[in-house]
Amino acid sequence: MVRVEFLGPIQKEALELDIKNLNELASILQDDESMKEWLENSAVAVNDTLVSSREHPLNDGDKIVLLPPVCGG
Amino acid sequence: MLYLYDGGLDVPRILKDWYEEEASSNYGAYIPFIGTIRDEDGIDGLSFDIYEPILESWFKAWQEKAKERGAVIKMAHSRGDVLLHESSYIAAVFSPKRRVALEFIDEFVEDFKASAPIWKYDLRDGQRIYAADRSTAIKGSGILS
Repeated sequence: MVRVEFLGPIQKEALELDIKNLNELASILQDDESMKEWLENSAVAVNDTLVSSREHPLNDGDKIVLLPPVCGG
Repeated sequence: MLYLYDGGLDVPRILKDWYEEEASSNYGAYIPFIGTIRDEDGIDGLSFDIYEPILESWFKAWQEKAKERGAVIKMAHSRGDVLLHESSYIAAVFSPKRRVALEFIDEFVEDFKASAPIWKYDLRDGQRIYAADRSTAIKGSGILS
């Protein structure tokens, strides 16, 4: 199982999923109407490192976070 | 060093502490940037969420860059609500000579705006409203779309 958390303004509870890579996560979230506005503009980190490819493999216990657009300061 | 505080920053104290920390480090320049919440568009203040694990690794990478140039970078930021005319953000560079610090603070603050995992909300009538139009997608966003 992996845990998926949604940061900042994304109003969504964390998910526990049995998936092997980010392609599978993409399919699940694309079917979720509440995520429509966030998928295009959110970055993804696995175990707190930003990743650039959907092929990124996932292991049991990994933590995935989705980071929507930022504005510090 | 990275310092996070609940609510508005105590600017004089932070600037004084940082000054004193480096007073005998032989830096010729101390260049701070202080961000203050302005009274505009009828807001009552701003509010911030921070994702600390990635903020810390992002800041650590900038500390390394500063070190390569013989400089030191320090940053303070607020969590939660910050009212009008208070400060939510201070960044400062110390370097042997002014040119490095002036250039570095500019690069650092620009990347901070584009990359630091912090989310801003306007405070209006007790509501927290995400500042979507002022926010920037982190580089590499959209891989799940």
